[in-house]
Formats: sequence, structure tokens, C-alpha cells
Amino acid sequence: MRRVVITGTGIYSSLGINKAEVTDSLYKGKSGIIYDEPRKEIGFRSALTGSVPTPNLKGQLDRRQRKSMAEQCDYAYCSTKEALDEAGIDMDFLAQNEAGVIFGNDSSSKAVIESVDVVRAKGDTTLLGSGSIFQSMNCTVTMNLSTIFKLRGINMTLSAACASGSHSVGMGYILVAHGYQDMVVCGGAQEINPNAMASFDGISAFSANEANPTKASKPFDKDRDGLVPGGGAATLILESLESAQARGANIIAEVVGYGFSSNGEHISNPNLDGQVRSLEMALKQGNLNPSDIDYINAHATSTPIGDSFEAQAIHKVFGSETPVSSTKSMTGHECWMAGASELVYSMLMMKNGFVAPNINFENPDEFSEKINIFAATEERTLKTILSNSFGFGGTNSSVIIKQYD
Amino acid sequence: MTREKIVETTKEFLAEEFEVSVDVIKDDADLQETLDLDSLDYVDLVVIIEENFGFKVEQNDFTDIKTFSDFYGYVEKKLG
Repeated sequence: MRRVVITGTGIYSSLGINKAEVTDSLYKGKSGIIYDEPRKEIGFRSALTGSVPTPNLKGQLDRRQRKSMAEQCDYAYCSTKEALDEAGIDMDFLAQNEAGVIFGNDSSSKAVIESVDVVRAKGDTTLLGSGSIFQSMNCTVTMNLSTIFKLRGINMTLSAACASGSHSVGMGYILVAHGYQDMVVCGGAQEINPNAMASFDGISAFSANEANPTKASKPFDKDRDGLVPGGGAATLILESLESAQARGANIIAEVVGYGFSSNGEHISNPNLDGQVRSLEMALKQGNLNPSDIDYINAHATSTPIGDSFEAQAIHKVFGSETPVSSTKSMTGHECWMAGASELVYSMLMMKNGFVAPNINFENPDEFSEKINIFAATEERTLKTILSNSFGFGGTNSSVIIKQYD
Repeated sequence: MTREKIVETTKEFLAEEFEVSVDVIKDDADLQETLDLDSLDYVDLVVIIEENFGFKVEQNDFTDIKTFSDFYGYVEKKLG
């Protein structure tokens, strides 16, 4: 197996529209959650959401390119541009070298719903215009990124619920490690509009603490009452060590482990065995002991049942000492993007030497009291981090990233 | 609608949609070349014509529309 390194990252989220802004938010424990009144008007139980600014891409991309892009593609373009710039990769390089793209994305609800609205109102499919089909497909992100950046390797979207972004990094890692690709642009993207979140709200998964938006997402706290949806996009440039060295790239970190499993049980309830198997597989693959992990970025979304299972899984594999926080306390649950964004968040902590806080963690429950949750920012050297993502349908993913030596 | 109003409206929405200067939309200029239209762009052209003039152009009708002047004449006839 070849060593797989990361040479660029990009982020566009409720914590900021680039790495500098996001690092500042992470360090300060700043929440990106707001109360969005229009959601109430259309029947949402909870109007809480992460707040992500709309990028203005006019002048950066031509009309034809923008026409095909759904909301989450705009975010993904921004995060990918930032990642490629950091990696020192330009269009000339991509014209000469084969790079793939795998992104986690599991919906394009706004585009689909708006197209149905037009057809019902006009009674004529031609009046949807040319962009609708390209915006509506689940692969809208990779379809557009590959076209814009002229990516000529593997080209696919990975749909695995809230573990989509994490698995996309894992799959990119496998392709590079086994020599199928020298470089893969990996990431996750998440639309944040109400259309995308109505059915999720419909199962009462969201926090009802509308009076205190920034306090609503409280992973691991005993008074948590549900998640808050978030969104945006995150990108990681995965590359073989040989490729990075050959072009003199700045190597940021190395992917050393990818564990995965499926619970094979309930469609929404988690299971301890599946999470533990995912964690143990990632450690085994990295030839690491639990004590080698300096920080765990938890999946913990602030739901009563989900967080309790993850706390048990972390305790079972790592014991009580390893630092843990859930950045979803600040971002909300970034769903399809979360696995990728939380790797980027963790790498920003690694680079800047701190653990970002699990804000709103005030009182533990019987499970979270057994693990080492950081409620406040702490300066700390992080050499090896692990990020968990667990999704509906029982899909589990754990990725381990190490500082490059 | 007068021809003058058709020309004014058309220039406005074509410049906006296809991101060209109003100045390049001249009566005898080639519509496809000026707006750099491919097959997908023609679908969008159908949409904005319907939005602005209230009728749907069948794609086959574009066969006889070469210049902007042809287009104005076509719209006049359809609205007539």
C-alpha cells in the first residue's frame, strides 16, 4: 500500500467561508446557528439552522457553469478552490495529470422540488430550463466540479447518509493507497435550504430550543433535545506521497486509517457493535493503539439516543482519557458534508495546536460522564486525530489522520 | 405590443440571461453566434421567451430564426 497524504483543504460553512475564519470560530467556540423564521411559516417544528452565506460566483464561473449548479455545488466550488490553491494545483497541472473526484452528497432537494413545482404550474417540462436536470441529480456536486476543474480520473458521488463525506475520504484513500489514482479531490457538500430539511424535521429530530439558537446543539449534554441542521462544503486533496513529493507540494497530514461497518439493524437507531467495529478497524489499519489517538472529533449530533451510543463506543475502545469534542455543537449537523468538514476542522486544530470546544456541554449523562469531553478550548498538541461519522441505515465510518513526519 | 417594445424587452432579457452587452444585439447579427448558444442554451431561450412574452416557442421554430430581426418578426407574428 502507498502512503496517502493531504496537500490541501478547503471549507465553507456556518463557521466561516475559508480556513482562517473557521479556525477563528473553532478557537473561540463560536456558534453558526440561527433561528430562521421562514421555516416556521411553512410548517417546520423547529426553525433552527446553521447559517451559510450564499456565494456570488458571477465573474468566477460563466453562465453555463453556474446554470448547472445546485446550492451545495456553489459551496463545494468555494471549498475546492481553496483546497486546490493550498495544494498548489492549477488548471495547467490538472490538464497534464489525472485527478479524480469523490464527494459525499445525499440529496438535491431544492432543485428537485422546484422542478416539480414548475412542471405542475406550467404543464410543460421544457419550461424547466437546461439547468434543472444537472442540479437535481445526487451527483450534481461531482458532475459540476469535474467539469469546472477538468478532473479526468474517478468521478462519482458517494451517498451514505450522514457518513457520506467521511466515506468519500475513505474511498479516496483506498484508491490512492492501492495505486488506482495519484490524486483524488474528496469532500462533502450539504444544501441548507428548508426543502432539504423538511422530512428530517418531520421526524422530530431537531432541537426545539428555538429561544436559544446558539445553545440548542448540545452534544453529549444530558439535556440535549435534538440536532440542528447545518451545511456548506468541505474539500480535502488526497494524494500519494510520491506524487506530492515529486511536485514539491507542502504536505499537511497523512491519512492512516479508515474503518467502516454497517449495523445491519434499525434504520435510524444506532448500535454499539457497529460503531466499535468501525473504530477498531480504523485503528488496526493504521497499526495504532487507542492511546495513540490525541483527539476524537465525535459524530455526536445532540440527539438523545445517538450521543449515548457513541459515548459508549468511545469508552469501550478508548477508555476515559482521550480528548473528545463534537464540533456539531457549533455547526449543527452538517449531514452529507459532516465527515469531510469535521476532518478539516480537526486538521485546523492540529495545525494550530488546540482542541475546539464541545460548547453547551454543561452536564454529562450516565454515558458521557465516562469519556473526556472538552467543553472549553484547550491548547494542545495533536499529532493523530480520529473523526467519526455515523448515518441512517447504520452506516459507520471512522477516519484517522496523522501529522506528516 | 409594438415592435419597438419587443426589441427593447428582448435586448433586456437576452443581455441579462446570456450575459452579453446590449450593444452586441444588433438587428442583422446572427442570434446563435452572438449569444454563443448551444443546444442547452436554446432550452433556456424557450424559458425566458415564455416568461417575457407569455408563449412557448417550439424548438423547431428556431430553424427559421437566424438574426435578431428574424426573432423580432417571429415574436410580432406570435403576439399579433
